[in-house]
Amino acid sequence: MSLLEVADLSVQFRTPDGIVKAVDGVSFKVDRGETLAIVGESGSGKTVTNLAIMGLLPNKIANISGSAKLDTGGGSVDLLKIPSSDLRKIRGRDVAMIFQDPMSALHPYYTIGHQIIEAHQVHNQCSEEDSAKRAIELLELVGISDASKRLNAFPHQFSGGMRQRVMIAMALVNNPKVLIADEPTTALDVTVQAQIMKLLADLQKELGMAMILITHDLGVVAGSADRINVMYAGKIVESADVFELFANPQMPYTHGLLASIPRVDRPQLQRLETIPGQPPSLISLPAGCAFAPRCSRKSEVSGSACDLTMPALVEVSTGHSSRCHLVGSVIK
Amino acid sequence: MFGYLVRRIATSLAILFAVSFAVYAIFALLPFDPAALTCGKNCNNPAIIEANRIRLGYDIPFWQQYIVFLGGLFAGRNFGEGAAAIHCPAPSLGYSFNQHECVTTLIGRALPVTASLAIGAMILWLIVGITLGVVAARFRGRSADTASTIFVLIGTSLPTFLTGLLLLVFVVIKWKIIPFPSGNYTPLLENPFEWAQILFLPWVTLAFASAALYTRFVRNAVIETLSEDFIRTARAKGLSEKVILRKHTLRAALAPIATMAGLDFAGLLGGAILTEKVFNLPGLGRLSLSAVIEYDLPIIVGTTLLSAAIVITMNLIVDVLYALIDPRVRVAS
Repeated sequence: MSLLEVADLSVQFRTPDGIVKAVDGVSFKVDRGETLAIVGESGSGKTVTNLAIMGLLPNKIANISGSAKLDTGGGSVDLLKIPSSDLRKIRGRDVAMIFQDPMSALHPYYTIGHQIIEAHQVHNQCSEEDSAKRAIELLELVGISDASKRLNAFPHQFSGGMRQRVMIAMALVNNPKVLIADEPTTALDVTVQAQIMKLLADLQKELGMAMILITHDLGVVAGSADRINVMYAGKIVESADVFELFANPQMPYTHGLLASIPRVDRPQLQRLETIPGQPPSLISLPAGCAFAPRCSRKSEVSGSACDLTMPALVEVSTGHSSRCHLVGSVIK
Repeated sequence: MFGYLVRRIATSLAILFAVSFAVYAIFALLPFDPAALTCGKNCNNPAIIEANRIRLGYDIPFWQQYIVFLGGLFAGRNFGEGAAAIHCPAPSLGYSFNQHECVTTLIGRALPVTASLAIGAMILWLIVGITLGVVAARFRGRSADTASTIFVLIGTSLPTFLTGLLLLVFVVIKWKIIPFPSGNYTPLLENPFEWAQILFLPWVTLAFASAALYTRFVRNAVIETLSEDFIRTARAKGLSEKVILRKHTLRAALAPIATMAGLDFAGLLGGAILTEKVFNLPGLGRLSLSAVIEYDLPIIVGTTLLSAAIVITMNLIVDVLYALIDPRVRVAS
């Protein structure tokens, strides 16, 4: 089996306004050493998918179904079914996560050394000195110079990029099998973004772990992802190998995302394409395709299939599936 | 940190100096003749009034009076001359002709009572407030939270004198669990049991309203902290909920509570007037109250200055504490 197999994952939130279907029947696999990118607009369900896998959603208001089977080496466990005390042992050890905003993700009152050592000590029976050694090793690995001195620094003494490096060091301290990176570069300067993405790609190769990269920026994933899942309104709408997806997008939404990336090789005076409209409300989703109201190619589908039935996720070619009534006719 | 402390102490002294001048000026410029007040309400003997004016030092210009007052703070002061002179040793805050005692002596007797009351009450309300606040936050929306909300509503809406009277009526008069407060105070070192027995109801009375208020504050602070990104990071690390609550949440949530508690405590040390009155405790609040009623100006100046000094000192302590809790403050200072 793959390292992580998510099948039919659905997450619903009970809110005073009604039930929000944040994630609806999502399935994917991640293999060792592979980078899977999950791409979509804000509210498409990409973060919720991963918080559900990590067990970080408040179970009071979230209703989670489906399965997320992780191969721990000693057999597979379903992260969605095991008791929270068992999940806690996996969190941070087998599956680690780094977050969007490094400015607020570190505890402001504790030194970074303390926070990394703490992450190591939860899962390892070893002395604090050994954990400190491991912390220094990791800080050096993520490119923080003078690491042994920096252990005693507080987060506020670091820049945003440095804090994200600290977060990465903390996530990797237990050699996780899967690293979930939730928009790790969104809050950072463009120059630092590239450094962090390169660091993540290098570390992944070096450590051989699987990575799930959540982003809204297809430009970010082009260089580092192996596979891409495009999400829209809680569903995967297209899934393909990175080259295949960029070369041969099947779903009009993916096409729109790709067309809206600014490119230097385009004529200067050409307008940047946008996708008109807004994503639908997750409380009252349309009966048919959730993207239909914004779709520029709806008219090409005979009848009103787009408004009436949700297209299934069908395989277009090997390893490439798409959710569109137009599937098969290559979108140009 | 050391430089910061020196600077803060210097500023505090400057503020205290300014406050002392302001307080002295306000009372000196009031349309009362302190010398006339010293010889009683129906006194119309100008000779006695003039003699008292000279004895008390009210015959010299206001700014000279202030300098003499300051001098008395550091070197002590004599009132009158010769064998009849009354000496108030440093730090002298003046002499009360109503009570025929040095103000410092009066304060020295009243302060331990108020301090015992304030410290005990604060310990009580911090324990109750923090415990209930944390429990309410942890079990938000459940019955424990609802119960704490009811406690908060009762505690904040019952006035202190009513709480005190209710306790007196039931605990002392009806159930006779504790003897009636005699107006005497037993120091802690003399008889700890009696000390606690006398102060128990005042503690509860004073702590009740504050405990309710702190429950609400702690609950909100904990809930707010639990939604912080760094708490999600702590969960992602695999830490247990217990560690997350005790270590990661409480320290961040209680930092502002420490500030609040310090300032509330300083306010109480100035005298808990209502509670002292209800339970007949000879503390600073009762001393100030009777001084105000009797226009005993030296006592009013003395207690006001003391309160100001306490508030300024507590502010300093709170700021140092905050710097110890929150490293970001340390660097900024």
